[in-house]
Amino acid sequence: MDQGIVKQRVDLNELKSGGFIKQNQKDLFTVRLKVPGGRITPEKLVKIAEVARKYSRLGYCHLSFRQSVEIVGVHIDDFDAVVKELATIGQKVASCGPRVRVPTACGGCEYNPNGIMDTQAKALEVDEKFFGTPCHHKFKMSFSGCPIDCARTREMDLGFQGVVYPEWSKDLCNGCTLCAKACLEGAIVSDKEGRPMFDESKCVYCGDCIRACPTDAWKDKKTGWLVRVGGKHGRHPREADQVVNFLPDSKVNDFIAATIQWYHENGKPKERIGTTINRVGLDSFKEKVVNAFTQS
Amino acid sequence: MVEDEIIKPDDSIDLRGVLCPMNFVKTKLKLEMMEAGKVLEVVLDDGEPMRSVPRSLKEEGHKIIKVENVQGVYHLLVKKA
Repeated sequence: MDQGIVKQRVDLNELKSGGFIKQNQKDLFTVRLKVPGGRITPEKLVKIAEVARKYSRLGYCHLSFRQSVEIVGVHIDDFDAVVKELATIGQKVASCGPRVRVPTACGGCEYNPNGIMDTQAKALEVDEKFFGTPCHHKFKMSFSGCPIDCARTREMDLGFQGVVYPEWSKDLCNGCTLCAKACLEGAIVSDKEGRPMFDESKCVYCGDCIRACPTDAWKDKKTGWLVRVGGKHGRHPREADQVVNFLPDSKVNDFIAATIQWYHENGKPKERIGTTINRVGLDSFKEKVVNAFTQS
Repeated sequence: MVEDEIIKPDDSIDLRGVLCPMNFVKTKLKLEMMEAGKVLEVVLDDGEPMRSVPRSLKEEGHKIIKVENVQGVYHLLVKKA
């Protein structure tokens, strides 16, 4: 595709943060739509379907691996019309290229009994604040509400996973042993009286003991986010490093800003943050970014 | 919490061999036919049923007042909300 032609035919501002992906077919592009956290209203789906039926020259959509709806086969001459028609219901185009992408998230704590943190609200907030921020390479974030980690935070440049710290009160316990049954990690073993012996080193902070306890002897002492950084998939996958446990919800935006700042200063063009961490060292990241959040 | 050792259930349901989530659904239906405050005895296999059913009952607002292990089979006493 000749970029010169693109400049003549469409509003460059619309293309600024990408979202239009070149296809094999001459002049046809895939238009990636923004669906933060993968949650979308039926009204938007209907409008997207209308627009796709009108402008997809191949006649189909694709659901991307990061929860976006993509209209495949849009002709370059139709870009402006597609953007305008989608804007009537507030549907925006997503991004590609070296910048902060649309955050993904699990379904939501309002209806999932395992949910600890509100991933949907956070994904929207983070999208609002950080979407499109230029980086050395792509920068992907996700939010999982619990340690089952459906949003795969270990594969993200920066991932946040909900955690809850269980606290046991002897006075309320009736020795029923249900918490030991509920714990899949072996972190709770019942003693002779049925009372729990808690081994924190095995705990993943999922809160199953709290949900199982019929007398509320197990309670949540605190909730927060477990933070992982430097993950990616692709040709050379890298599992993210865990850098914070129980980051308060109110500190998430600050942590993202500090991480992106460190990435700007230490990364090289076309280098993912995981590669930067491999090159510069995780200790440097911890010293410059993490310590400020764990020492308070 | 003080345990009452002699609680007599008003009704009983034996769910040995019944898989999740049918064991919970059957318990729920049984409880729906009972009056609030009545006690149902639920007999459950160890493993997944014991991990899921008590938790689901709690989410529905019912109170598990006693758990007894009788030779590897669990007897729960559930007070209807």
